[in-house]
Amino acid sequence: MNSFILSQAGKLLFPALLILSVIELYRGHNLPGGGFIGGLMAAGAFILLGLGVSMEESARRLRVRPTTLLVIGLAVAALSGIPGFFVGKGFMDGLWLPEFHVPFLGGVHLGTPLLFDVGVYFAVIGFSLETVFSLAVLAEPDEEEAS
Amino acid sequence: MVLFLSILVIFVGALLAPVVSKRGKGWAALFIAVPPLISFVLLVRAWIGTHYGADPLEVSWQWFPALGVGFDLRLDGISALMGLLVTGIGVLVAIYSAGYMKGHPQYGRFGLFLLLFMGSMVGVVLSNHLILLFVFWELTSITSYLLIGFNHEEEGARKKALQALLVTGMGAVAMLGGFIFIGMETGTYKISELGGFQSVLAESPYYIAMVILVLMGAFTKSAQVPFHFWLPNAMAAPTPVSAFLHSATMVKAGVFLMAVLTPSLGGTALWNGLLMTFGGATFLTAVCLGLFQPDLKKILAYTTLGVLGLLTMLLGIGTVLAFEAMVLFLLGHALYKACLFMTSGAIDHETGTRDVTVLRGLRKAMPITAIAAGLAALSMSGVPPFFGFIGKEYVYKAGLALTGMPLTVLVVAFVGNFIMMALALKAGISPFFGKPAENLPKHPHEAPWTMWIGPLLLGTLGLLFGLFPGWVSHVIIGSAASAIAGETLDLHVKLWHGLNVALFISAVTLTAGIFLYCGRRFFWHRHESFNAFWRPRGAEAVYDYLFDGMIRLAKWQTKRLQSGYLHNYVFIIALATIGFLGWGFLSFNNWPKLPADLPLPDLLFSGTILAMMVATVFAVITVNRITALVSLGVVGFGIALIYVYFGAPDLAITQLLVETLTVVLLMFAIYRLPAMRLLSSKKTRLRDAILSGVFGLLIMGLVLAATSIQVDLPISDKLSEMSYSEAHGRDIVNVILVDFRAIDTLGEITVLSVAALGISALIARRVTRKKEESDG
Repeated sequence: MNSFILSQAGKLLFPALLILSVIELYRGHNLPGGGFIGGLMAAGAFILLGLGVSMEESARRLRVRPTTLLVIGLAVAALSGIPGFFVGKGFMDGLWLPEFHVPFLGGVHLGTPLLFDVGVYFAVIGFSLETVFSLAVLAEPDEEEAS
Repeated sequence: MVLFLSILVIFVGALLAPVVSKRGKGWAALFIAVPPLISFVLLVRAWIGTHYGADPLEVSWQWFPALGVGFDLRLDGISALMGLLVTGIGVLVAIYSAGYMKGHPQYGRFGLFLLLFMGSMVGVVLSNHLILLFVFWELTSITSYLLIGFNHEEEGARKKALQALLVTGMGAVAMLGGFIFIGMETGTYKISELGGFQSVLAESPYYIAMVILVLMGAFTKSAQVPFHFWLPNAMAAPTPVSAFLHSATMVKAGVFLMAVLTPSLGGTALWNGLLMTFGGATFLTAVCLGLFQPDLKKILAYTTLGVLGLLTMLLGIGTVLAFEAMVLFLLGHALYKACLFMTSGAIDHETGTRDVTVLRGLRKAMPITAIAAGLAALSMSGVPPFFGFIGKEYVYKAGLALTGMPLTVLVVAFVGNFIMMALALKAGISPFFGKPAENLPKHPHEAPWTMWIGPLLLGTLGLLFGLFPGWVSHVIIGSAASAIAGETLDLHVKLWHGLNVALFISAVTLTAGIFLYCGRRFFWHRHESFNAFWRPRGAEAVYDYLFDGMIRLAKWQTKRLQSGYLHNYVFIIALATIGFLGWGFLSFNNWPKLPADLPLPDLLFSGTILAMMVATVFAVITVNRITALVSLGVVGFGIALIYVYFGAPDLAITQLLVETLTVVLLMFAIYRLPAMRLLSSKKTRLRDAILSGVFGLLIMGLVLAATSIQVDLPISDKLSEMSYSEAHGRDIVNVILVDFRAIDTLGEITVLSVAALGISALIARRVTRKKEESDG
């Protein structure tokens, strides 16, 4: 599978897709998007790179193992439910910081649901890539065939 | 807040342990003693703050308010006693571990498991809500599974860890059922409120079910007959774990549960009878089995079992005197048993063996360990003026004061106690006296300071508490017994009660114990034949039979159901779906109608539908897998377009991404498959075609039915109304996912994670097998 178009597309679109995925994640609470979509998009970036160049390169760019992302995602999502305790609300009750303004972004509204979404984002990336990287091994040619 | 912190600090410490004391070298290894120490100090402060239980502390946070489950904690006499024991002994065990596990490559992991367990155990004893207690209870089961199986390269350790988990887990499920019954009948899950409902519970039609279910949990956890076998087997754990879990803490959880529920569930003939019968039976069985053990740790395990039986029996007697005896014995036992476990670990560590038939004369080589073990053994034997003596005196006093059936209780207590005394001498005294043994695997030296400081402290406390029982009786024993009795007791424990019957029985116990100890070799010589006779006839054989049976059943049904042909699976899934859905559909008795105001489809919409239909036909008739896959991809993208058409961008984006991912994943999976060939007969294909047709029609009918039938007001209106006002979000899909239904989402991503790990494990196995084949 050596396609010039695919490998160039993978390299060029990779950063763009990643940035887009973070934007999707951030704007998710008010506009279409969110952790699930953002996570799938980011995973898509890595998969495209993997298909165009190689899965090893894609795994190298990820720097950590997909399972690590899974664990981080789960932990962040679960821990985002804790702060509710400290103000006398229930587990997973949303807490929000007061809205403040940042140049270019406009009104920024941060809260635990966003943190939860970040957890979902990482968990989805971890899940997709763990599965893709494992399955990609199946599609590799056997050694005797390659030689 | 203090109570919450005392749990939290241990859990935080657990997460830090693998980082701070990774290899268990130097001072960093002692880090794991810090969190329990902080927790201990916090609990002591909180306890003093309650004026020693005069006004028990209760706090509560909301947890799942919609389900009425609160994060409720309380500190009364019995929970303070247990909490201080868990954290106090926890500190000593942690220090001991730093010596025992020194330089172990997985020391950090050990610290993590140990502290996780400790935090869960503190949670169990401080919980004021039955459901919260259950959650922590399960956490102790899981963490103890990890601890017992810590040497996971040994098959025996893994098997025994699983055994402990299955037995206690099974009991816990029953217990949850019992809790729910209690909650249904009283309308509250708060332990501190349950005391007032005793008569309601006792007259409830579900009372018998409640008692049996709750006791299943308590009996399995505290290893009462016939579930006793897992505890001696759990000795596969590293010794610090045995000292902690299997003497002072986890196995006491069952006794603790029975104690805190005594004011609400207890006081009836059923409760008392069950507790006395099973407790007494456990006591006698355990000490008799213990007589035949030559392994130091096993001896201690069986005497622990015995004590658990005795404590249960005392709770069953149900008099105030029995409760006092139970609390005294519980404290005394925790002190001497943890100590003896640690000294036996030190002996094992220094000599390389735990066989009491060869261990002799270690007092010269290990003088401090010898002193600690001696103090503990004397306390366990019930020799005055040790604390164990007081406990035993109260047991006899409770037995004597009982009208109705005093003799049985007394006889059981007497027989059990004198055998236990012989075992105490065997475990704590005999390894140190006599001529030094020559043929030990290692040349013994005194253990490092980390390994004798804890036992020495505990042994000394056993003596000091005995000499000055006023220290503990005022501070904690009295309020602990009050908490069990459900009324305020005024308790003055004294060492010396003058010449009376109880003292006389104690003296006889001592004499009989010494005689039995002298005849110990008689039992050791017979331990092999004894175990060979009982092993296939005991309760564990039943467990093995059931366990093997479960595996056989699993294999049988796998063989029947799992043909390995994808074709068959899809067929069965489709058939079952048609069956169940069709049944539900017919019983609806409301044939779907086409909506009257069906809009005329425009070009974009009908074009999309047409493309999807063409793609479907193509997928069916093609003989190339990749073509089929791409055609299905077209169908998926078509669905995304339909979402866009109807104004659901969230769904459309998700559908697009998921569809892309699915195509890529399936591509990898089918890439290496051989070319598609036509293998099925015409008949089979016809059958499949009919099935698919019916399936499609049914789904269509359901969709129509779902749009035309309105059972209740649609929930979507309410949700979109609440979305911005309550959750500060305009994207309702996302708000549902991350706020309204966040716990569902959390569950879903957990499932995803498990699935990912499963896939990678399955494929990793294939890859290694492929490599092995190509290598040789």
